[in-house]
Amino acid sequence: MKPRVLTGEHFMNGDVACAEGAIAAGCKFFGGYPITPATEVAEHISVRLPHVGGTYIQMEDEIAAMTSILGGAWTGVKSMTATSGPGFSLMMETVGLAVVTETPCVVVNVQRAGPSTGLPTQGAQADMMQVRWGSHGDYEIIAIAPASPQEMFDLTITAFNLSETYRTPVFIMSDEIVGHMSEKVVIPEESRIRTVSRPKPSGRRDRFRLYKPGANGVAPMPAIGDGYNVHVTGLTHDEKGYPVMSVDTQKEMMDRLLGKIRNNLDDIIMTEGYRLEDAEIVIVSYGVSSRTSYTTVDEARKMGIRAGLLRLITVWPFPEEKIRRLAGQVKGFVTVEINMGQISREVQRCAGGQVPTYSVGHPGGAIIPPDDVIQVLREGF
Amino acid sequence: MTKNPDKSATCQPHPLEDLVRMDRIPHIWCSGCGIGSVFTSCLTGIRQTGIPYNQFAMVSGIGCSGRGAGYINIDSFHTTHGRAIPFATGIKTARPDLNVVVFSGDGDLFAIGGNHFIHAARRNMDITVICVNNLTYGMTGGQVAATTPHGAKSSTTVAGNPETPFNLPLLAYASGATYIARWTMLHARDLADTVEEALNHRGFSFIEALSPCPINFGRRNKETALDTLKKYHEKTIIKNGANPAELDIDYSRGVILGKFVDIDKPTHDEMYRKMYWPQETTE
Ligand code: SF4
Repeated sequence: MKPRVLTGEHFMNGDVACAEGAIAAGCKFFGGYPITPATEVAEHISVRLPHVGGTYIQMEDEIAAMTSILGGAWTGVKSMTATSGPGFSLMMETVGLAVVTETPCVVVNVQRAGPSTGLPTQGAQADMMQVRWGSHGDYEIIAIAPASPQEMFDLTITAFNLSETYRTPVFIMSDEIVGHMSEKVVIPEESRIRTVSRPKPSGRRDRFRLYKPGANGVAPMPAIGDGYNVHVTGLTHDEKGYPVMSVDTQKEMMDRLLGKIRNNLDDIIMTEGYRLEDAEIVIVSYGVSSRTSYTTVDEARKMGIRAGLLRLITVWPFPEEKIRRLAGQVKGFVTVEINMGQISREVQRCAGGQVPTYSVGHPGGAIIPPDDVIQVLREGF
Repeated sequence: MTKNPDKSATCQPHPLEDLVRMDRIPHIWCSGCGIGSVFTSCLTGIRQTGIPYNQFAMVSGIGCSGRGAGYINIDSFHTTHGRAIPFATGIKTARPDLNVVVFSGDGDLFAIGGNHFIHAARRNMDITVICVNNLTYGMTGGQVAATTPHGAKSSTTVAGNPETPFNLPLLAYASGATYIARWTMLHARDLADTVEEALNHRGFSFIEALSPCPINFGRRNKETALDTLKKYHEKTIIKNGANPAELDIDYSRGVILGKFVDIDKPTHDEMYRKMYWPQETTE
């Protein structure tokens, strides 16, 4: 066996760093289907997993890839897949199954420009609403947006930890630019990497309830073969996991599903502030666009504009409270993202009309130049 | 002379009670439906293997047959429409020591799920797929399926099906399945023995179980449940080792039942291990 954690300094691209992060987090099963620009995640992990006792399988399509990782997850193994826009669309029904069956798994979307086949080799951040609402029905999910290869490594570990903690799929919403850029990635000692594994049930098997929540709203999860004889279904089900077609059961199940995310926002949401202390105008940005935004803040400050940056590391659940609080203090918001205004609408919603909100978007294929943002900062306020 | 049953006598437990989620009975299947019989044979086959129950997992897709996973008292998964096989593939790839049974219908496995079936067979994934073939979409109300005979009526082909149905054993054979058999639900013991044999078979095993859907197929095609059983009794021919190309379902010629393919070939898991962990597999 080769080492699981490649401690040291490396020069690697975001996709490869993501695969290494998964392995460091303890991922043992990857069901893949190749798609540009996410292929390198699958390619790298297919080489590495067998060395750490894990398995890779290239499934026949993205639906199969996504479904296979749910099967893998129920064997007690940390499981993952990676894709990009068109594949992500195919996975959506199964995302709903993962949510409702409370199956921990990690899905990486290295976004490219769309709609449809779009620009396969050029980046975008335009699946941000699809990840939130793409499957049918109401649900809450967790989505994280890394901005560098280092974060592809670090936040992939975080994604696994969150998915294991909350028994829910967690999405890494990267993009082609972060996926394909190579930078220094520092991988710490294995002992310094915090990994979380789903709690296992204990106690009498005949009294076991598959979805009876613990203190944080999440139920412990047995693996196939542990002798709990679980039944897992995508139908509306009671605490035992049995289908019950009633309004009351639907409500009870939905309260649990939504509650375990909504009641743990402080634990889940990660943001980063840059020069926010005295900021009058707040740029809201995430992923690769936040890199543009750091430069923009510095440039704007040189011109006497008191700009600051709120970088969303967790994009979903959305940091509503944070935006709402800022809205009472600042002159306005500018959202910078490579789409035509997806997260910008959330900012607008949370600002609630208190201050103006602008969107600097790009239809995809290029990063947003700081000048475009500065123009809005100068003219909008 | 048979005696009247003694009403005060305690009720005998069902012989398969340990394998059935009794707290979910009664099941949803209509009277006259054959799924329950196929399911019973499946449970009997599982018991006959003597393998501890916690080493099994059952995966179903969507539909009447897809409800099977909800009644078996082992780890069981009722997944999305057509996706039982990739779910099972995930289980088997991550934990090759488990015995994985896919129990689902023809609509689920061969229309929406057709792609997954051929690829799991190609890989010789070591799972057992039991397809309850009732020639229709039962649960959604009797629409045309990929198995509906040419000319048969369905709620979406009221004048008769213009299409050609699959010959499922031939499809399985062409895709690389290493164990293929077909029975009807009436051949309960043969079916149970076949399930046992298929579970013990290393590699992708496929069992087609013909079964009536009197409610949604029979009603439209002037065939009662009893008529279908009569056909199963009178118009079927047992011919082990038959050429898969002659296995079309055509009762005017007679429908062939039996075991058609039983090949020894390395499974996906064995090949993966040999490729990546050769030190473990050298004997
Ligand atoms: S609809 Fe048909 S297949 Fe479904 S339970 Fe009734 S008889 Fe069986």
